[in-house]
Amino acid sequence: MFRILAIISIFAVAMFAAGDATFEASKRDINIPAIIMFFIFVGGTLGITYWAAKKTKSASDFYTAGGGITGFQNGMAIAGDYMSAASFLGLSGLVYLKGYDGLVYAVGFLVGWPVILFLMAEKLRNLGKFTFADIAAYRLAQKEIRTLAALGSLAVVTLYLIAQMVGSGKLIQVLFGLEYEYAVILVGIMMIVYVTFGGMLATTWVQIIKAVLLLSGVTFMAAMVLSHYGFSFEALASKAVETHNLGQAIMAPGGFISDPVSAISLGMALMLGTAGLPHVLMRFFTVGNAKEARKSVVYATGFIGYFYLVIAVIGLGAIVFLNSPEGQAYFVDGKLFGGNNMAAIHLSHVVGGDIFLGFISAVAFATILAVVSGLTLAGASAISHDLYASVINPNCTEAQEISISKKSTIAIGAVGVVLGIAFEEQNIAFMVGLAFAIAASANFPILFLSIYWSKLTTRGAFIGGLIGLATAVSLVILGPIVWVKILGNAEAIFPYKHPALFSVTAAFVGIWFFSVTDKSERGQKEIELFRPQNVRAETGFGADGAVDH
Amino acid sequence: MDNKLVERIESNPHYQELVSKRTSFAVKLGIFVLAMFYAYILTIAFNPSVLGTKIGEGVMTIAFPVAAAIIVVSFITTLIYVSRANNEFEDLTDKLREDVKDDL
Repeated sequence: MFRILAIISIFAVAMFAAGDATFEASKRDINIPAIIMFFIFVGGTLGITYWAAKKTKSASDFYTAGGGITGFQNGMAIAGDYMSAASFLGLSGLVYLKGYDGLVYAVGFLVGWPVILFLMAEKLRNLGKFTFADIAAYRLAQKEIRTLAALGSLAVVTLYLIAQMVGSGKLIQVLFGLEYEYAVILVGIMMIVYVTFGGMLATTWVQIIKAVLLLSGVTFMAAMVLSHYGFSFEALASKAVETHNLGQAIMAPGGFISDPVSAISLGMALMLGTAGLPHVLMRFFTVGNAKEARKSVVYATGFIGYFYLVIAVIGLGAIVFLNSPEGQAYFVDGKLFGGNNMAAIHLSHVVGGDIFLGFISAVAFATILAVVSGLTLAGASAISHDLYASVINPNCTEAQEISISKKSTIAIGAVGVVLGIAFEEQNIAFMVGLAFAIAASANFPILFLSIYWSKLTTRGAFIGGLIGLATAVSLVILGPIVWVKILGNAEAIFPYKHPALFSVTAAFVGIWFFSVTDKSERGQKEIELFRPQNVRAETGFGADGAVDH
Repeated sequence: MDNKLVERIESNPHYQELVSKRTSFAVKLGIFVLAMFYAYILTIAFNPSVLGTKIGEGVMTIAFPVAAAIIVVSFITTLIYVSRANNEFEDLTDKLREDVKDDL
């Protein structure tokens, strides 16, 4: 913990010293009370991580917390995972920028949860394994499924990671007055330290505590905003329409989700993507049985839904307060300092002063660090466990696997930093939308069909899954955001911002076609294995109690 | 799980009741949530101005209450599902376990 604090301090001092002339011009006053609050909270979460990490030794503890997490705790942890920088900073920033369009994302992010509950949660728990790759590999061939799952996980993790890196880089920039590039590098280094030092189980506790703090924080912020308008949402909205340059247009969907294909595509990605996020799916294996798994979804949906409703108030509040004469203090050269993603952070300062700014920044940063570490770990284990130890070098020693895992952590951290800098100006809620699109195209179809469709074979899953993944990734790269805004080309080859409609369809059709045309002996055996798998999925027999691995 | 046990469970009336009740309940609720969400998304896709319809004299549009309603209704569907699943479906699972416990 002290090592990390020391690193931050050294970096902070070094960055200030390194400030050049243009940087000085845009640098803001250092906010000491906020920074003290920040260190107290970040230090506290690191302390919890350290405490929890010391208590968990075995691999089973590591994955399932002994199966002893209750539905309520798991629901809080899921909510904590979900209320990441992308939800909090990205959605409030999107409402600030575009008004109602931000809420379309919120609704889509939420609607994924009932679908997970009805279709997936208890079956995931009953099939009772550690990762989603294990479920798909229940009756299909290990090598192909693990390769595919690793590639899908890496693609999702990378995009999700970029969103979190942008959020945390901006946050450090605003709070410490660092230049964005240095801030992202600093976050990258902290992330690598945190992963090697903390571990996965600890994040459950960090997420629970953070969920409580963040829910209290946003409730306070929304109450402060509404108190200026006699607790009338209508009065707040009127003022927002008056001050926003889009006027009445912010009260209805429009600008950001502009064409029918993008809207349908986005809806599909948000709804199905949740059921394909590797780090969210893993949470269903930490509870004792199907009953608790179901309960955790109810709690999670309740907390997340409440959070999104509050975010709508905060986004409108940001429009009103940051566009007021006093709000001009948060602008540099006519642009919101740190970008639109920082709207909620600036609003916290307007309504709650330095201390509250420190509190909100610290909670936001702690969650980014926890989410980012979970993601990095998921990515690193996809490389070391699924790709290296199961496919590339099945005879490797444990030392070799651990070494690959550490190198992967550093590599993923470096990739996160480089891409985080490239994607600086992108809204992070949008970035997460893209991560969801890839999860919905690569991971969800295989998982869904392996649970429900008896005729799925390895060949179908492998080829179809690759088609879905490749389609999603190439359409993201060829689309308007990466091809035009990041790579600087004049016109996008693929005209839509959201690829899910095409890539999810491609995945399902691919999996169907290559499964039904698979007449091999192995394919027939896999079809026969569906019946016992299905009985277990329906009843949980064979998976009762703690996971028997 | 060997084939004999699988067949025994599959032919058990409690199992059949569990699977058919739960599947139909989950599918109905799932279709309801999907229909609600896609009605919303398709409105945004093809006729977004509908959601800009004003309520009363002020700036307030139906878009905000609609979004809030979808969030609240989604939550309520999870409550409905879990209150039935954690009682009725768990009871059926327990009865089934009782029937086949010698072979488990």
